[in-house]
Amino acid sequence: MAAPRIIVVGGGLAGLSAVIKIAEAGGTVDLFSIVPVKRSHSVCAQGGINAAKNLKGEGDTTWQHFDDSVYGGDFLANQTLVKEMCEAAPGIIDLLDRMGVPFNRTPEGLLDFRRFGGTLYNRTAFAGATTGQQLLYALDEQVRRHESEGKVRKFEGWEFLSAVIDSKGQARGIVAMNLRTMELKAFPAGAVILATGGIGAIFGKSTNSVVCTGSAQSAVFQQGVYYANGEFIQVHPTAIPGEDKLRLMSESARGEGGRVWVPRKPDDKRPGRQIPEAERFYFLEEWYPKYGNLVPRDIATRAIHKVVYEEGLGINGSPMVYLDLTHIDRATLDRKLGGILEIYEKFVGEDPRDVPMKIFPGMHYTMGGLWVDNNQMTNIPGVYAIGECDYQYHGANRLGANSLLSCIFAGFRAGPHALKYTQDLTAAEGDGGQAAELARQAELNKKLMANPGTENPFKLWRELGEAMTEHVTVIRYNKNLKKADEKIVELLERYKNVNLADRSQWANTSFAFTRQLYNMLELARVIVQGAILRDESRGAHYKPDFPERNDEKFLKTTKASFTGEPAGPRFEYEEVDTQYIKPRLRRYDVAH
Amino acid sequence: MATKTVQFEIKRQANPDAPAVWERFELEWRPGMNVTTALMEIAANPVTADGRQTTPVTYESNCLEEVCGSCAMRINGKARMACSSLIDDLEQPIRLEPLSKFPLVRDLQVDRSVLFENLKAVKAWVPIDGTYDLGSGPRMLPQDQEESYPLSRCISCTCCMEVCPQFNEATGFVGAATIAQVKLFNNHPTGKVLKAERLQALSGDGGIQECGYAQNCVEACPKQLPLTNAISDVGRDVIVQKVRDLLRK
Repeated sequence: MAAPRIIVVGGGLAGLSAVIKIAEAGGTVDLFSIVPVKRSHSVCAQGGINAAKNLKGEGDTTWQHFDDSVYGGDFLANQTLVKEMCEAAPGIIDLLDRMGVPFNRTPEGLLDFRRFGGTLYNRTAFAGATTGQQLLYALDEQVRRHESEGKVRKFEGWEFLSAVIDSKGQARGIVAMNLRTMELKAFPAGAVILATGGIGAIFGKSTNSVVCTGSAQSAVFQQGVYYANGEFIQVHPTAIPGEDKLRLMSESARGEGGRVWVPRKPDDKRPGRQIPEAERFYFLEEWYPKYGNLVPRDIATRAIHKVVYEEGLGINGSPMVYLDLTHIDRATLDRKLGGILEIYEKFVGEDPRDVPMKIFPGMHYTMGGLWVDNNQMTNIPGVYAIGECDYQYHGANRLGANSLLSCIFAGFRAGPHALKYTQDLTAAEGDGGQAAELARQAELNKKLMANPGTENPFKLWRELGEAMTEHVTVIRYNKNLKKADEKIVELLERYKNVNLADRSQWANTSFAFTRQLYNMLELARVIVQGAILRDESRGAHYKPDFPERNDEKFLKTTKASFTGEPAGPRFEYEEVDTQYIKPRLRRYDVAH
Repeated sequence: MATKTVQFEIKRQANPDAPAVWERFELEWRPGMNVTTALMEIAANPVTADGRQTTPVTYESNCLEEVCGSCAMRINGKARMACSSLIDDLEQPIRLEPLSKFPLVRDLQVDRSVLFENLKAVKAWVPIDGTYDLGSGPRMLPQDQEESYPLSRCISCTCCMEVCPQFNEATGFVGAATIAQVKLFNNHPTGKVLKAERLQALSGDGGIQECGYAQNCVEACPKQLPLTNAISDVGRDVIVQKVRDLLRK
């Protein structure tokens, strides 16, 4: 008998990587995605992908990449996996190159590499400043090839609602909703790989795409999967503040020589260009002479926060700083950073080749995610998680250009493992729980559609985002975190009174959003309560009341499980795999 | 001070069979506001300018920074991306309509899957032997990378197809986006192994000869892809291929 089908949910880099490996090994895949996979959020990644290819004569090694990543993550990453990822990275770059990714080249025709944060080596391969787009397209093209050969079926425009779990606690498929017909359907599978990305929408405005709600992760969390290290949220130092989203200005701008500064005089009214060198405060270069503008993101973000909110500096009274590229020649900028300069130009209306960009930190990435073992399988057998929705590669802070790598590496690992798992799987009893799960979801939909409330879901969402951004990002105080938790509890209560302005059964996007909103609220509590419990400062998690890292108590993975009780999730802690590199003090202001 | 407002007229259609109606909205102006911000604002307060309760507008969007290709629509009659359409640059009332050349789903959402089918038909991929470790890829001069890269930035928004007079049911024309991808893969050192097949796929009905050189595509492309260059290069290659195939018969 042929092995059962495998379902992959999410068509970003991680999901597509898993699909390719399964199809290549002779398995059959159903690929589910809310959006056409070519429009997935990976498309937004800009700066590049790390691999210690050592093509610049610097003596870079995969061990150095491993050490930089573990140190950058403040020792919370599971080292065996990170080590393997860094060792696999050069081969992954070669593969992407063979697939046709138009990486920038050196005059000799080799791959070019640039600097990124948290390392002193030129380790980042890049395709202009749209590397994520180029990588996503390359994988999308390979999947299209497998699709045309009948190995992959795509279900674009279907939203994952829940896993189907049988009486023995094993995954047997999913329930999904067709976003046009609003039809609910159960899809059988031997394994389910979640590759559902980030959770930016929980913070209202972020650098993430609209679909990055964390809804799928939250759904399986509520079905019993552990959620790990939820409190570790990366706030990217350089984003363009906006009404609808915070648009990322890639770290590669600094990798290519971009400098961050702020006028020394708080009330300086002159345009940036007219402020003389002596009156500019290059605070990152001054405070971190060795790494300068390329300190890791958590450090840069806190530094910007400090100059703006503690030292009262900014741009003409606004909480922003300059990211300056104007000293670099236009041809180089166009060749290496064209994509992001175009974004700044289009959305701000100024040419960053001529004037320094105005930027501010913005929520960007979750280091935490669904708990998985070394094969990417969660605690529910047959449910896997890969990509941003898993947790184990980036510890307490992710280094730039490691995310594209971890997505592909995790997909390459989960795909073959899931295939093996399904080949060994015994047949389900009865329908494996499909009918029951379908009925549960149908009931939820019916109830929500008929809910006679008054609360607008988009307004509830805004309030969630404001509370999370204010209390749960750069600087965290227990008092404020508790306020945020109370706010979420209030919103969960008001959610019961939610009103759908649209009750139609055709392409009802606000209905789908309202379902996601509930899941966002549940997941928000995991983030907030995890932060409350972790009384230390580590990587992106910073508490002024507990400014030091506390390895004795907190060199541990946070594991949250769903209880359904009013008090929220239950927490436990697990040892971190630190077998290769002994934790040492993390400091970027002096050499380490 | 009176609040500055923004006027919208949005074409609504509940489903493909329902009649289309126009609704007017008046929103508070905000600095840096774009069309997607306005649509989000309407979702949070779905009330028309004359005070009537309505439904949030259905439209596609995702990245909001003009790289995912989702939010293409007709804005004041012009096919473009909603996210990068800043309110201050638009004449009011701002009229939003769905793209007209694709099957309507609802309101501003249409079904553009034809493009992805076209990409399948022309085998828009590099046929690698496998994903196992086979060493480094082919060397490539920076000049060649710089020629390929712009073509590889196509976001599949379909604006080029919307504005093309030849892209319609009568011709079955594949459109500029697909032709540009043929050039991209035919130029790749490994991708060119499928060059003949791709050119043959473009030589029949609906193929490259349907192009009428109106050049609307290159003007509408939000990413400034060199579409007309690609069409003329691929057009020449298709003719060469046809001659070759003829001689071989």
